[in-house]
Amino acid sequence: MNQVSAAPVTEPTVLCEKCKQPISRTALIGSGYVCPLCGKYNRIPARTRIELLTDKGSFCEHNATLVGENPIGFPGYEEKIRTAREKSGEYEGVICGEAEIGGERCCIFVMESAFMMGSMGTAVGDKIALLFEYATAKKLPVIGYTVSGGARMQEGMLSLMQMAKVSGAVKHHSEAGLFYLVCLTDPTTGGVTASFAMLGDMIIAEPGALIGFAGRRVIEQVMGQKLPDEFQSAEFQMKNGFVDAIVPREEQRNFLSRMLRLHTGR
Amino acid sequence: MEAYEKIKKTRQSGRATSVDYINGIFEEFTELHGDRRFADDHAVLAGIATLNGVPVTVIGIEKGKNIQERMERNFGCVSPEGYRKALRLMKQAEKFGRPVICIVDTQGAYAGAGAEERGAGAAIAENLYEMMTLRTPIISLMIGEGGSGGALALAVADRVWMLENAYYSVVSPEACASILYKDAGKAPEAAEHLRLMANDLYGFGIVEKVIPEPESFTDAEGTKHFFHQLRRDLSREIKHLSHMSRDTLLSERYEKYRKIGRYESDTAPTPAKARRVFFGRK
Ligand SMILES: [Zn+2]
Repeated sequence: MNQVSAAPVTEPTVLCEKCKQPISRTALIGSGYVCPLCGKYNRIPARTRIELLTDKGSFCEHNATLVGENPIGFPGYEEKIRTAREKSGEYEGVICGEAEIGGERCCIFVMESAFMMGSMGTAVGDKIALLFEYATAKKLPVIGYTVSGGARMQEGMLSLMQMAKVSGAVKHHSEAGLFYLVCLTDPTTGGVTASFAMLGDMIIAEPGALIGFAGRRVIEQVMGQKLPDEFQSAEFQMKNGFVDAIVPREEQRNFLSRMLRLHTGR
Repeated sequence: MEAYEKIKKTRQSGRATSVDYINGIFEEFTELHGDRRFADDHAVLAGIATLNGVPVTVIGIEKGKNIQERMERNFGCVSPEGYRKALRLMKQAEKFGRPVICIVDTQGAYAGAGAEERGAGAAIAENLYEMMTLRTPIISLMIGEGGSGGALALAVADRVWMLENAYYSVVSPEACASILYKDAGKAPEAAEHLRLMANDLYGFGIVEKVIPEPESFTDAEGTKHFFHQLRRDLSREIKHLSHMSRDTLLSERYEKYRKIGRYESDTAPTPAKARRVFFGRK
């Protein structure tokens, strides 16, 4: 007798970020990392995000292996970077390049949550600034996806300065009459919120994403009270006037290509 | 743990605050209130004045001198409307060709629920964005505490000058210690590693000048001399910056920030070998 009718091979599973239920990896990938049980938008690896958004085979990466050092000699930082590289399979916390979306050429950056929670150090800041400078020179629009815990403290003040540097590069791009659309994903906080995340001509967000400047616990301490669940959600930011639209994941590609088309003057 | 000792001293009252700098350096200060959008944030004390006869716009973060003032000034923690007031007055300065002098002294932007609702992040972002291309000279003085983005929002400038005992950091040593070491008690260690004192930042090319402090700000003679010197230096620097063409001023301002953590780019779209990084002053 052969054994074809044996029990199904157990599939590799991952735990949903919210409901913590095991979900088959293939099912999760198939749903664009949206939990089939609770609807939570789980984080997507940056490279997968680019694949899902851009026209097949159109993406060309910029500065793929640009790596930072330990600029202020912070103890233990090299080790952290090494671990982050292994965990994420990426050199740094952001992937930059150019691509086509629905046939529209653009520059794109996508931050990587698996790399020290997308924290912004000098390499991240420099890659994004370089992308905006390139886009300005080539007269291209920029699409950005943010996910970040904020500035990378192991790089001290050099990381804070990236906020000014990138904001300046965004300003030059804007003054050249070029279009910048940013999509805020879960979580977008701290120094990234206080710089290029809030500087888009158009700012969209994913449903339920945490978006804010100060940390929730810090605010609760300052206020001496618990905050409601929806505090600092994408919906809260839209209600308060800081987000143009909340766009579900499956609609983003179409949304982006339409917005790019509307800004090419054609 | 030298850095942390200095920080603790810097946080104590008894140091000169923005109001002392305004009185000690400028003449004819006239306060201007409000962001014309929502409110007047008392953590920001701003207006127009003259410096050696030259009209300037002065924007200071004021912590207050006693408990009552501190409450009213929100301990120098700036709300979004404070940053928007500052930006409004910077735009006004640009219109009339007045140089801008910012005086920064804050533990950080206000982290209240209302600040978040009114866009703390957006307000800071907008200041960074607009200050980079503001077509008039900007000098920022870091006089005590420089708490992260809340301080940077008034410090995108042609010159950033810093008092020798002031600190300026991406994160407070306490928060850094509690995140990295799960122990806020290790703040002195974190303070040492963060390289957040004036001399460190001078070395990184983040500040252009470290200003020696008087023995004590309670010593009237020494303080008077300190303000006299600072007034002379500021006046000289403003004159120098005002003589530069606006385009040169702006490109040098951008380049100053651009070179902090600059890497060699490969604009070729294929992965290339790893690049090395350059930092600040050579
Ligand atoms: Zn779930």
